[in-house]
Amino acid sequence: MAYFRSHVLVSVDPKCIKKGAFELMGALQDELVKQGLVDEVEVLETSRIGDPDTSGPDMIVYPEGIHYTNLSLKDIPFLVEEQFIKGRVAAQYAREIEEISDEELSAPQEKELRIVLENIGTVIPLNIEEYIAHDGYMALGKVLTEMTPEETIQEVLDSGLRGRGGAGFPTGLKWRFLRNAEGDQKYMICNADEGDPGAFANRRVLEGYPHSVVEGMIIGAYATGASQGYVYCRAEYPIAVKTIRTAIEQAREVGLLGENILGSGLTFNLEVRMGAGAFVCGEETALMASIEGLRGEPRPRPPFPAQQGLWGQPSNINNVETFSVIPQIILKGAEWFANIGYKKSTGTKTFSMAGDVKNTGLIEVPFGITLREIIYDVGGGIKDDKKFKAVQTGGPMGGCLPEAYLDLPMDYEALDQAGSILGSGGLVVMDEGTCMVDIARFFMEFTQEESCGKCTPCRIGTRRILEILTRICEGKGKPEDIPTLRNLCEQINENSLCGLGKGAPNPVKSTLEHFLDEYEAHIYEKRCPAKVCKALIHFEIIEELCTGCTLCARNCPVDAISGERRQPHVIDPDICIQCGICEQLCPYDAIEIN
Amino acid sequence: MKVEVKEGTEVRKMVRTLVEEKGSEKAELIPILHDINGELGYISDVAIQELSELMNIPTSHIYSVATFYRMLSTDPRGRHVIQFCESAPCHVAGGRVVWQKLQQELGLSNGETSEDEKWTLLTTSCLGVCGVGPVMVVDHDIYGNVTPEQVPDILSNYD
Repeated sequence: MAYFRSHVLVSVDPKCIKKGAFELMGALQDELVKQGLVDEVEVLETSRIGDPDTSGPDMIVYPEGIHYTNLSLKDIPFLVEEQFIKGRVAAQYAREIEEISDEELSAPQEKELRIVLENIGTVIPLNIEEYIAHDGYMALGKVLTEMTPEETIQEVLDSGLRGRGGAGFPTGLKWRFLRNAEGDQKYMICNADEGDPGAFANRRVLEGYPHSVVEGMIIGAYATGASQGYVYCRAEYPIAVKTIRTAIEQAREVGLLGENILGSGLTFNLEVRMGAGAFVCGEETALMASIEGLRGEPRPRPPFPAQQGLWGQPSNINNVETFSVIPQIILKGAEWFANIGYKKSTGTKTFSMAGDVKNTGLIEVPFGITLREIIYDVGGGIKDDKKFKAVQTGGPMGGCLPEAYLDLPMDYEALDQAGSILGSGGLVVMDEGTCMVDIARFFMEFTQEESCGKCTPCRIGTRRILEILTRICEGKGKPEDIPTLRNLCEQINENSLCGLGKGAPNPVKSTLEHFLDEYEAHIYEKRCPAKVCKALIHFEIIEELCTGCTLCARNCPVDAISGERRQPHVIDPDICIQCGICEQLCPYDAIEIN
Repeated sequence: MKVEVKEGTEVRKMVRTLVEEKGSEKAELIPILHDINGELGYISDVAIQELSELMNIPTSHIYSVATFYRMLSTDPRGRHVIQFCESAPCHVAGGRVVWQKLQQELGLSNGETSEDEKWTLLTTSCLGVCGVGPVMVVDHDIYGNVTPEQVPDILSNYD
């Protein structure tokens, strides 16, 4: 591995590319050649740094960590001379390092503990040497030389690691099932079909630390006897697909994949399969159907994948995050991992925070932390200092939990008992301006759309629920709707074939339980308390506050607003479509929703 | 995404090359359909017939797979495909007004293609860039933190 005294990371974010990032890289490289610095300074591509709307192209020089911005080609010779020959900062192009922002992954907050995300953002993802320098593939070496497959499984079992895809099944046990299954060909599959809206932790791991997933899978293959592996990644993540493909190629080139890995006699081949946009493919049996080239429809279990999985052969599926943490468990020991966390949920979990919270993005916390700590301490509280209303955990099959649950210690069991799920770690925070009936309708729209159509309770049941919720939001709700909804929720949950169907009613069930008053306001009083449901609200201009600036009238898509310049305007309720654009735009808060 | 109209023979030739490259195992069906969709902008009847013969898979099966997955289309699409994220994080971050503006600006509803074949408007499932919602994608360009006022500007980048 060559050593460079400096590394230059050039942002190749799409916007920076448009601003000439590649040309800049070329010029920089040329200048380094000219000055005889090519062996000392390495130029690398990186994802977005800084804000490409206002700056760019951007680059960072390490180890100093100096952020240069707004660069053009003619600046390069001067910059190279100052930075790399004279060894001082070219101050006119530099900006404060604090301004570098990664909107998805900021510096860890006090209550965070990063294991999975630890090296993301600091390690060059597609440099296998750099991964190795961070103890990468050491765990693989350890299991191959010092541990039997059974000992490896026991170590994972002792760590208490449970499936990070959401179901929370002990990983070691799953591996043991596959090891004990009879069959000549066994498969090890990585579920990278992170379809839950609002969850993007897997994407960041695949893009930022792909070799940890590859290593985890090889260790799994050794422990279980699988000789062929697949990473099934959703097509909505083109960069992740590219990164993991390249990482696999690199591992193969150095003999970490293929035949006789590290001289141990272990054979394991790994391939990437891409989804094509179907949420249900995150369900393990549907995922396997999709790898086989079929419609992604779930199959009834049993037989479980460990007996009859991919092409009828024994198979094991784990999530990206699960595989990614395996090498560290092997290296640091089961006890280290088991000591982190809470009760039966050991270790840490990543959460993707989105919605009305100040710091959106990825976080990683030990199990046992409360929702309040996550939202207020790590997340910085609610945006615009509004009031918290609910948090939806675990993606579209999770429930919406109100304030009363904020002090619940987070683990698989606690969330389950609260009527929600941990799922893949999506957290959508909602403030007081959110209508819970509308949100429930919104989630049903999603599951109804994504229902694969194979079993009746899910296919027809979700549609019936959606119809009723839509009617309620339109002000046409009937008193009998509430018991009907409850009944439908129960039937769908009990009778659906797969987890998607079983979990589909959760958003409705939980909102019915915790926010029944909002349903009742919609049905009995034809009123939307959060002022969201279009049919139940109308917009008015408060005469005293309106300055007649005409901004609303100019932006109204249906020309429903009229009035003379500098005179109070009026909204014609017959034309208004309640789009809310005027209310958003008005600089004087003169638009009122009633 | 530049899509050129290809003649039937050309389409058949392209499909043949793809099958030769990837093999005719059933497991290759979805990757091949992906590539056809990328090349043509959609999966045409001719392509389905040719695939059926080469891979020895009934056209009914290919059609059922092609219509199951959201990213595969059996209908022709416009020169530029706009995908708007309809997921909850974008929804609560103000996605709804952006979606309205987008529909109104283009005069299209979800799934429609404009008469001049310039635009196809689609909703997409979560793209996993929820930190910058609302998010829209035009061809391969991702736009985050989109507001209704920005919509006309974004659209004017494409011809």
